[in-house]
Amino acid sequence: MNSSSMPTPDALRPRDDERLVFDAPASQADRPTHYCPGCHHGIAHRLVAEVLDELNVADRTILVASVGCSAFSYDYFTVDALEAQHGRACAVATGVRRANPGSVVFTYQGDGDMAAIGLAESVHAANRGELITAIFINNTVYGMTGGQMAPTTLIGQKTTTTPEGRHLLGEGGPLRMTELMAGLDGVAYAERCALDSVKHVRAAKKALRNAFEVQLRGLGFGFVELLSGCPTNWHMTPQAANRRISEEMIPVFPLGVTKNLLDK
Amino acid sequence: MSRIVFLEERCKGCRLCVDACPVGIISPSGRFNHQGYEVMTAGDGCTGCASCATMCPDTAIRVFRTVRAAEGGKA
Repeated sequence: MNSSSMPTPDALRPRDDERLVFDAPASQADRPTHYCPGCHHGIAHRLVAEVLDELNVADRTILVASVGCSAFSYDYFTVDALEAQHGRACAVATGVRRANPGSVVFTYQGDGDMAAIGLAESVHAANRGELITAIFINNTVYGMTGGQMAPTTLIGQKTTTTPEGRHLLGEGGPLRMTELMAGLDGVAYAERCALDSVKHVRAAKKALRNAFEVQLRGLGFGFVELLSGCPTNWHMTPQAANRRISEEMIPVFPLGVTKNLLDK
Repeated sequence: MSRIVFLEERCKGCRLCVDACPVGIISPSGRFNHQGYEVMTAGDGCTGCASCATMCPDTAIRVFRTVRAAEGGKA
């Protein structure tokens, strides 16, 4: 077995006839993540870091991390961060943003955190129009704790707590957070994106930028839902997980902008 | 010709880059990093589109695009 090695400094330097067109963003920490192979958290982290760099706000940005697989997200950004209690990231972010009016504050939460235990805090922060940006990772399961049913679990989806599949009458239907958020007066931007393909990832970056833009302009709460894969708890390869997003998740969670006050 | 460089110790072998490459030049290398993941390798013909790096969850790919691409037509 041959072992791998990191590239030489020369290989990472553009030659005379070359331009470096893809590099890690400066606000992303230079360290490996703890996420599973093929997990979309890494893509979402990178997109957020790219947006913070492009808006040139990283030095006054504060991340409020959540509980779940993304609990360690504070390790992966070079911005200031604090860890909220389970589900309470938007409530904590409210305090951080109000106490530091010049700051840029965002939360990074999974579906178990934001849509289950933290639904009240998230919805009320959004309804108050708090000047924060919430990034919501929807992978239809509780990832960190072993794949239990989340509020976003699809009808018929088998999880460790719905071994025969989720039933509408009994466990309820998948909660559509973007539509819920868009219905609130305090929300200035709400969009649902997916991370299953190059095209969708590029669209997600634009959405994230808009969700930070509404905060910078003082228009209200910014919200982006990212349909993400969890190959480990879906018991499939990363490739099959991507196909599941396009074939099973997007029909239930339609992509697109549901609210945008930027152009008004 | 454009080229990509893998930070092999960051790779987790998920192969999302293999699917993302529109010219199909990325494949498993048969080599493993210290975490035990099989790392990828790229053949000739890179167009510098950065699709692989866009899909990489571990930011393990750097993309270098040839500046005078117009001269040689398709890289």
